Amino acid sequence: MKHVLGAVCGASVLLAVPALAETTLTIATVNNGDMIRMQGLTSEFTKKNPDISVKWVTLEENVLRQRVTTDIATKGGQFDVLTIGTYEVPIWAKKGWLVPLANLGADYDVADLLPKIKDAVSADGKLYAAPFYGESSMVMYRTDLFEKAGLKMPEKPSWDFVIDAAKKLTDKSAGTYGICLRGKAGWGENMAFLSAMANSYGARWFDEKWQPQFNTPEWKTTLTTYVNLMKEAGPPGASSNGFNENLALFNAGKCAMWIDATVAASFVTNPKESKVADKVGFALAPNTGLGKNANWLWAWNLAIPAGSKKTEAAEKFIAWATSKDYTKLVASKEGWANVPPGTRTSLYQNDEYLKVAPFAKLTLASIDAADPNKPTVKPVPYVGVQYAAIPEFQGIGTQVGQQFSAALAGSMTVDAALTAAQSVTEREMKRAGYIK
Amino acid sequence: MATRQTQLLARSLLSPAVGLLFIWMIVPLALTIYFSTLHYSLLDPGSESFVGLENFRYFLTDPAFLASLQNTLVLVGSVLALTILLGIPLALLMDQPVIGRNFVRLMVIAPFFVMPTVSALVWKNLLMHPVSGLFAWLASLFGLTPIDWFNDVPLFAVILIVTWQWLPFATLILLTALQSLDEEQKEAAEMDGASAVSTFIYITLPHLARPITVVILIETIFLLTVFAEIFVTTGGGPGLQTTNIAFLIYSQALIQFDVGSASAGGLVAVVIANIVAFFLVRIVGRNLEA
Amino acid sequence: MARMATRQRVVISTIGAWLFGFLIFFPILWMGLASFKTELEAFAIPPSFLFFHWTTENYATVQERSDYLHHAMNSIIIAGGSTLIALLIAIPAAWSMAFSPTKRTKDILLWMLSTKMMPPVGVLVPIYLIYKSFGLLDSRIGLVFILCLGNLPIVIWMLFTYFKEIPRDILEAARMDGATIGRELVYVLTPMAIPGLASTLLLNLILAWNEAFWTLNLSTSNAAPLTTFIASYSSPEGLFWAKLSAASTLAIAPILVLGWFSQKQLVRGLTFGAVK
Repeated sequence: MKHVLGAVCGASVLLAVPALAETTLTIATVNNGDMIRMQGLTSEFTKKNPDISVKWVTLEENVLRQRVTTDIATKGGQFDVLTIGTYEVPIWAKKGWLVPLANLGADYDVADLLPKIKDAVSADGKLYAAPFYGESSMVMYRTDLFEKAGLKMPEKPSWDFVIDAAKKLTDKSAGTYGICLRGKAGWGENMAFLSAMANSYGARWFDEKWQPQFNTPEWKTTLTTYVNLMKEAGPPGASSNGFNENLALFNAGKCAMWIDATVAASFVTNPKESKVADKVGFALAPNTGLGKNANWLWAWNLAIPAGSKKTEAAEKFIAWATSKDYTKLVASKEGWANVPPGTRTSLYQNDEYLKVAPFAKLTLASIDAADPNKPTVKPVPYVGVQYAAIPEFQGIGTQVGQQFSAALAGSMTVDAALTAAQSVTEREMKRAGYIK
Repeated sequence: MATRQTQLLARSLLSPAVGLLFIWMIVPLALTIYFSTLHYSLLDPGSESFVGLENFRYFLTDPAFLASLQNTLVLVGSVLALTILLGIPLALLMDQPVIGRNFVRLMVIAPFFVMPTVSALVWKNLLMHPVSGLFAWLASLFGLTPIDWFNDVPLFAVILIVTWQWLPFATLILLTALQSLDEEQKEAAEMDGASAVSTFIYITLPHLARPITVVILIETIFLLTVFAEIFVTTGGGPGLQTTNIAFLIYSQALIQFDVGSASAGGLVAVVIANIVAFFLVRIVGRNLEA
Repeated sequence: MARMATRQRVVISTIGAWLFGFLIFFPILWMGLASFKTELEAFAIPPSFLFFHWTTENYATVQERSDYLHHAMNSIIIAGGSTLIALLIAIPAAWSMAFSPTKRTKDILLWMLSTKMMPPVGVLVPIYLIYKSFGLLDSRIGLVFILCLGNLPIVIWMLFTYFKEIPRDILEAARMDGATIGRELVYVLTPMAIPGLASTLLLNLILAWNEAFWTLNLSTSNAAPLTTFIASYSSPEGLFWAKLSAASTLAIAPILVLGWFSQKQLVRGLTFGAVK
């Protein structure tokens, strides 16, 4: 029976409890593994709440974002629960598009949420979304290759070390590349990595007066280092590699190091998906000694759109899906290694989790090392580590990302790419009225 | 008397289509023109204000505009040329008595069945990837350096993918037309000792003129709005090398959520499409006449 | 002698056709194979062509995760409905333009095509608002309507060209025999136009089947067709080749079957000469 329920959850739940199903929640979510698992466990929620039934709209990230944004901005009212990123939460909260979550229940334990993540989904001290899973970025490296080359990865590597190691470990004839990094144009692709890297080199997107900063020496150092490093030690085709392309390369044993999202850790250590599952080590994202590491902060969160008529049921669902009990439920069904990471302090004090998740300690350390409210060495007027939480950022980030991918592909010099980035950003910021 | 009746009938048969399409054209067009004069960010609703032609100025002075216009034309032109040049011989081949003809035809049409996002993902990652793709593996078998498609020849790589998707369309239309070609006429020509080549040039090709026109016009409409293939493979980069007008408008509408600029861009795209269509009709349009 | 040449011709063209057919089909075949591999094998280099561990777990996963039949049904209704309605409106229109052309016929044709030149993404917000106020969001009717209008110009165009190919003397002969216009349409024109109709039907079904802008943006769950089904498998965080391949294979399967039948209709064109 359970299997059947799982198989066609949406429809069969409706059929199974037709008399009681008074509220139907339509939940929009991203098609990442943790959400798929949540979808699979729907029956556990509806069993406890027989008066609620659930319909899922699971889409790939970009489609979901355009879908959800169009709907909320036109008050289309198609969704009752939304999955949104830390980028959207502060912007949408300010617009009054989200319902503050005040009734998550007595045992929800808001204080248990990781402070950095909680800050990222709060505005004016109110929680506007509940974090479902959180991530930062870190270095994943091949312990076997490091050993062979006589190198030892420090826990907090510097860029100098990483660059040096990447060059030493590159053996193009054997198809091993020292380092794999994102290169595909996009605000959530290469710019996520490059913004975080720039932070570690003391650069920033805007100064206190919203003046774009691509003409500063810090950005030049960042981009020059990145391009040179990738030329010498990166895989071919890097300018169109995003998270998934790099994951495939790393899992196939082609990369000695990879700096990317902490959630990747559970993929690269999974022997079903990775050829190198037992040979992966982790370290904090590199720094240059200026006080910031090259790591970002992101979380996928559940939120309720303002105007929803099913707020109560929606909040019940959100409380369930982001609770400690949900973590335990996943652990009992799928094992501790598969619980959604990066949202609660208690998870990182759980010995069972720490035992099966060799990456747990560094995930937590990475999340702690990122501060969306103070992301850069110099002060900035925006919130967000690898993005600036203003509505215009997605467009600007995408255009700048195109310039930087050209620098990586070698079809543009670093200087030309920075000049172009500066001018498109100035243009957009003027238009949006941030600067004169 | 009869002709007038026929004409009346003809008009009444035509009018539902014309009427529906007219509404379908005029309503969105009117709204788009209206939105194009507003400062309207979807992320900031309620703050709309009239800005006149500001959005057009902004769109047309975008440094990406000219590059994307050029990319659009190159993309459309190349794919059109490739699909027709490959489509004609392919259709001729399919028209031959071939064992298992139905199956072969299905194989040839099949790429058209695959959603653009999926085919772009498959081509990019399973075939063209310079490290883990099949082509790279084939190249290495022959001791060659794999081509770094999306790095060195990004636009060409996109053209290849789109051509693969649209070749079936051209082939199928041409094939259908070939089948209505008068067999007797062809046989007569062969009897007269005409070579296969001259039969092709003097009988088959003129017969294909009208279907080719249709292929060109219909494909152009779709190719002007190619977007998913670019978004999935390169994100418009490196630089602006694969940014076309459709991608530019998309990034304004659904990445930046700037409805005003997207509307202005949409209208610019309509004008461009009409200019392209105008020239196309000049070149191939006489085939439309009876 | 003649027979020899013919046989030779058959052999050569068969080899050629199969070769090209296979080349064109290969990416899809590759995708189909990937759907039976594990995620790890799907991108393994050197690739395994047939000798890998065949598994159907991807299909099981897909079936467990989403209600394929629900989406497939929606696709059939939306693509089929919009194509059929478009055909119903287009056949008379194309007939009248092909057989009673006026000076303005060419202009009308081009104008119709120009209605497709508006990039959909430019009109998303207005359409979304209109659909919202009419309660058409996430409804099959709404999608049928928009896809029908979207493809109508294409349908008219294709039919127009095929009708144009029909020898006029046949129609005149029918008229001489006193056939009314209705009978002319049903008994004379339609049978002769079957290959054209079949290819128009097929191509527009495919276009509607794969239409991924309106179907994705105007549906949530009740009316969601296979395009949304695919969007839930493409590009998640993590490996997805095998699962995406399985989902795509499922998504094209129904239309592949349809393609098989409708392309048999295309062959009927060969009897054209006999009619004459």
